Amino acid sequence: MVDVETQSILVVGGGMTGLTAAIEAAEAGREVYLVEKNPYLGGRVSQLHQYFPKLCPPYCGLEINFRRIKNNNRIHVLTMAQVESVSGQKGSWDARIKIEPRYVNEKCTTCGKCAEVCSTEIDNPFNYGMDKIKAAYLPHDMAFPFRYVIDPALAKSAEGQTVKDACPYGAIDLDMQAQTVDLKVGAVVWATGWTPYDAKRLDTLGFGAYPNVVTNVMMERLAAGNGPTKGKILRPSDGEAPKTVAFVQCAGSRDENHLPFCSSVCCMASMKQATYVRAQYPDAKIYIFFIDIRAMDRLETFYADLKKDENVVFFKGKVAKIEQDGPTKNLVLRVENTATGSLNTINVDMAVLATGMQPNTSIAHQPTFAQRDDYGFIASQEVTPGFFSAGCTRTPINVSESVQDGTAAALKAIQSIVRR
Amino acid sequence: MDKKTAVYICTGCGIGEALDVDQLSTLATSECGAAICKNHASLCSPEGVQLIKDDIAGEGVNTLIIGACSQRVMYDVFNFEGAILDRVNLREQIVWTHPAKDEDTQMMAEDYLRMSGARMKAMLPPEPFKPEQELSRDILVVGGGVTGMTAALEAAKAGYNAVLVEQAEELGGFQKNVTQNVVFPFKEVQANEIGKLAAAVKNHEKIKVLTGSKLEKLAGGPCLFNATIKQNGSTSEHPIGAVVLAAGWRPYDAEKLDPRFGYGASANVVTNVQFEERAKSGAVTRPSDGGALKTVAFIQCAGQRDPQHLPYCSSICCFTALKQAIQVKQQDPGANVFVFYQEMRTPGQGEDFFRKAQNEGVIFVRAQTPEVLAGGSKLAVEAFDELLGDKILLDDVDLVVLATGMVPATAFGADYKAKQSDEDKKNDMIASVDSIYVSDILNLEYRQGPELPELKYGFPDSHFICFPYESRRTGIYPAGPVRRPMGVSSAIEDGTGAAMKAIQCVELTSNGMAVHPRAGDTSYPEFFMQRCTQCKRCTEECPFGAINEDEKGNPLPQPTRCRRCGVCMGACPERIISFKNYSVGMIGDMIKSINVPDEYDEKPRILVFCCENDAYPTLDMAGLRRMNYNAWVRIIPLRCLGSMNLVWIADSLSKGIDGIILLGCRHGENYQCHFIKGSELANIRLGKVKETLDRLALESDRVRFEDISITDYQKVPAMLDEFAEKLVEIGANPYKGF
Repeated sequence: MVDVETQSILVVGGGMTGLTAAIEAAEAGREVYLVEKNPYLGGRVSQLHQYFPKLCPPYCGLEINFRRIKNNNRIHVLTMAQVESVSGQKGSWDARIKIEPRYVNEKCTTCGKCAEVCSTEIDNPFNYGMDKIKAAYLPHDMAFPFRYVIDPALAKSAEGQTVKDACPYGAIDLDMQAQTVDLKVGAVVWATGWTPYDAKRLDTLGFGAYPNVVTNVMMERLAAGNGPTKGKILRPSDGEAPKTVAFVQCAGSRDENHLPFCSSVCCMASMKQATYVRAQYPDAKIYIFFIDIRAMDRLETFYADLKKDENVVFFKGKVAKIEQDGPTKNLVLRVENTATGSLNTINVDMAVLATGMQPNTSIAHQPTFAQRDDYGFIASQEVTPGFFSAGCTRTPINVSESVQDGTAAALKAIQSIVRR
Repeated sequence: MDKKTAVYICTGCGIGEALDVDQLSTLATSECGAAICKNHASLCSPEGVQLIKDDIAGEGVNTLIIGACSQRVMYDVFNFEGAILDRVNLREQIVWTHPAKDEDTQMMAEDYLRMSGARMKAMLPPEPFKPEQELSRDILVVGGGVTGMTAALEAAKAGYNAVLVEQAEELGGFQKNVTQNVVFPFKEVQANEIGKLAAAVKNHEKIKVLTGSKLEKLAGGPCLFNATIKQNGSTSEHPIGAVVLAAGWRPYDAEKLDPRFGYGASANVVTNVQFEERAKSGAVTRPSDGGALKTVAFIQCAGQRDPQHLPYCSSICCFTALKQAIQVKQQDPGANVFVFYQEMRTPGQGEDFFRKAQNEGVIFVRAQTPEVLAGGSKLAVEAFDELLGDKILLDDVDLVVLATGMVPATAFGADYKAKQSDEDKKNDMIASVDSIYVSDILNLEYRQGPELPELKYGFPDSHFICFPYESRRTGIYPAGPVRRPMGVSSAIEDGTGAAMKAIQCVELTSNGMAVHPRAGDTSYPEFFMQRCTQCKRCTEECPFGAINEDEKGNPLPQPTRCRRCGVCMGACPERIISFKNYSVGMIGDMIKSINVPDEYDEKPRILVFCCENDAYPTLDMAGLRRMNYNAWVRIIPLRCLGSMNLVWIADSLSKGIDGIILLGCRHGENYQCHFIKGSELANIRLGKVKETLDRLALESDRVRFEDISITDYQKVPAMLDEFAEKLVEIGANPYKGF
């Protein structure tokens, strides 16, 4: 008799790494629990407009991955869920999972009647708060699970009942409580990913104070068709088309005062975003302020191609300060040109800070026993026998490398539960 | 199978208010041959599902047509053991995108029901492929370097037998010549642990290590591979389940470098690889006379990031230079060590190692085109230092180390295309032909060539960011520097990941299932050979090279190599290839079931063939956003547009359908088709039809191909409406009513 409970794998984090680890293990015949704190799977990649270097939409691969889950009954998905504690050893781990109330049950058909009657609005987390959505909402067009969410504030308000009454299918349960689930599993893959470094801490760069300073993750939403501007890249201050855009590399990364490591994807991300700007504004002037352009392996050709664009200026230098011109809300960048030593002043309409990746393990309490490196990464694949770290939990990497890492972690997890 | 069909129509989510459901029910019985037709206000509710279950149990219903939401949702709810099922997308693609209580909307729903009826009449439950031969679950690993050894060891640790083929007499690959290395998380230079890995591999009971060996031939397909391996003059055969290709890399030939690097002009100019060989025997000295190293210059990007040489970055040379620079510093802290670099590339925690080198006193010079001056016995380096903004001259250099890059082992050998017979070449070659180098590594007995097709620069890498292990030969997974340039730590990850994919391939294939991207699919193509005309379209067009050929040109399908995309089915002019649940006849019947009003009704009909992975979800999302498009379209999702058979175009036009539009994925260099060439092939086939249409004086504008990506839901309604307007302009199909 196979003991299904302890033969199973717990994957924590439903972003690209965790999603991959879970599906790969399940397609090799293993039972998997996939725990994700958002109401949907896909993590940060679902918020990206396009991938470098192909400039293809992440939804395409997510659709395939979601179909793989649909066709595989070995994957048990828990969303709005976080691991409260985990302990044990190889072959026998106890994980306590806390599931926040969604206030919407499996009867939801996504018909949208709840949103129709709802007047309460919240900041849209999917768009990094750049717009508002109804407090009864589908997180995004391809949300998986494909099910609405009711914001706790709405659930507890008087309007909650109105919204509940509007649902023809009895899918809204305002009394839903947080619940705790105890899982016994044989192996754990920890893939809780990253958070964009808080750009407000870069106090000389004006994020938060000047509306036309945005971060690279916000830029993805500005370019995305389902973003706050329906895909038009516009200046937040006045909704005008930017004529000059600056990309400020290493905003926090490779900086002893912030993130001393290199976040490894930001050079490619900014160059990709330069192509977003170019696609919409053929005449826009684009500056990329950098220390080193890190376009590894074949990605180099993307860099080489972008250099052919005469209106993209690769400027070797660190942006020391960003100021705002009061009336126009244009930005004035003070840049030290490391090549000439001179201090340059460059005026732009909009600036994009290439903020780095802060590992979520540097912020979160769990797992308690795993040793973090100086930056908060769990920088070893096998943390302890039967417990593995993968993806940006281990090191800052791009999507393809995350899939590679997630696939490898799936095998390590299988090894630790295999009956010899 | 004796079918008893039941049709269930959900009236929830606006369907009941928008459509005349009674009318649909009548049609279900009269035209779809349904024995039972029921409605429910919420078919996905437990009560609705129970209704269906009761009919399966009580009425012997085994064929279900469910008219409700898209097949992409509620898949877990509408999942009934032992019954075959079709979903009619009344919600997203009809009532959410078209006006309610409208004649055209109703006609659309009725047609979709008819089409589903036709589909289910032709559908048979798939039966998994079970060959008579015994299925192997062993993993063959080609290449005994870090990647290959890791793949073999990791597969073995998961309980699978591995066969490891290495051409050298010893395991270890390139790394066995490296005494010290730096690995993730890039803190210190350390002793290379390759020996430990090799010992673990040699001592593992599940790994058969064949050194000094060569894979002479690999025939068959997943779980049915037969590997012929030659070792010490004798050959042996091994049944194999799946393969990891870890053949590694070779250093770029320094003789080809630009003269400014000075290679060959002085014995004291060496490559980074030659530095390793020198470091093996202890302290590194001046090559010309064995003198101590006082000044050493490392020059990065030697023949890399250079369109004349290697256009890519080998991604490890910065780390290598830092390590070697530190090694020189450690053997003599007083030595002057300079690194001339264009861009310092030490991503992630690798930044620590860059800082370490700085702390050790290594001097970094950012310079784009440093020049090595090798006059007589003196060696110097001249460069424009970008940070100083001035030219510098480094005199009395004892050693120059050039960072030459990695060339994948798969990039060597003649291009297979050149070897193809003239007959093959003149056969109206359909899609862009893959480059395959006869690199003598796998020696596949495959009709399309003996090795993996390259993606770029000789790397047989995947083109999919989300699916980096996707190769174009099923069950063969490239890993390590053969896939893309990478260092030891990444290669270990990659070997492990590739082993995972190989194991998964064995598990799925042995259960008669397809691997990615249709993982779990148990259908497979069957060939009605009596009608085959040996035209070779199927064998040439299969994007995965799954079909071999006998000497007479008859296709020899290899079902375990098949990805179930149906490209062969679309290619076959004789229509002899079909799946149990997907066939030319089935789609043809669906087309024929469409009710085409005559010309005077002024209701044109447009057939939309769309990719089910991307275009179909796009149309669903247009529905989710309640966007509108004309109700003249009739949408048929295909596994891949490459499965589109031209007879469907003929069927449609002769039936009086006014226009046909193909919604497929982007093709060309940055193709997005998950079956590599499907959309490209569909487009080419359509081009041929256009020629024929013009000859028949039937306007070729009636057929169209549109690139569409999954996020194009803002664009798709306008695209469909514009096509409809164009058709009005052209006028009705003259075949209407014939």
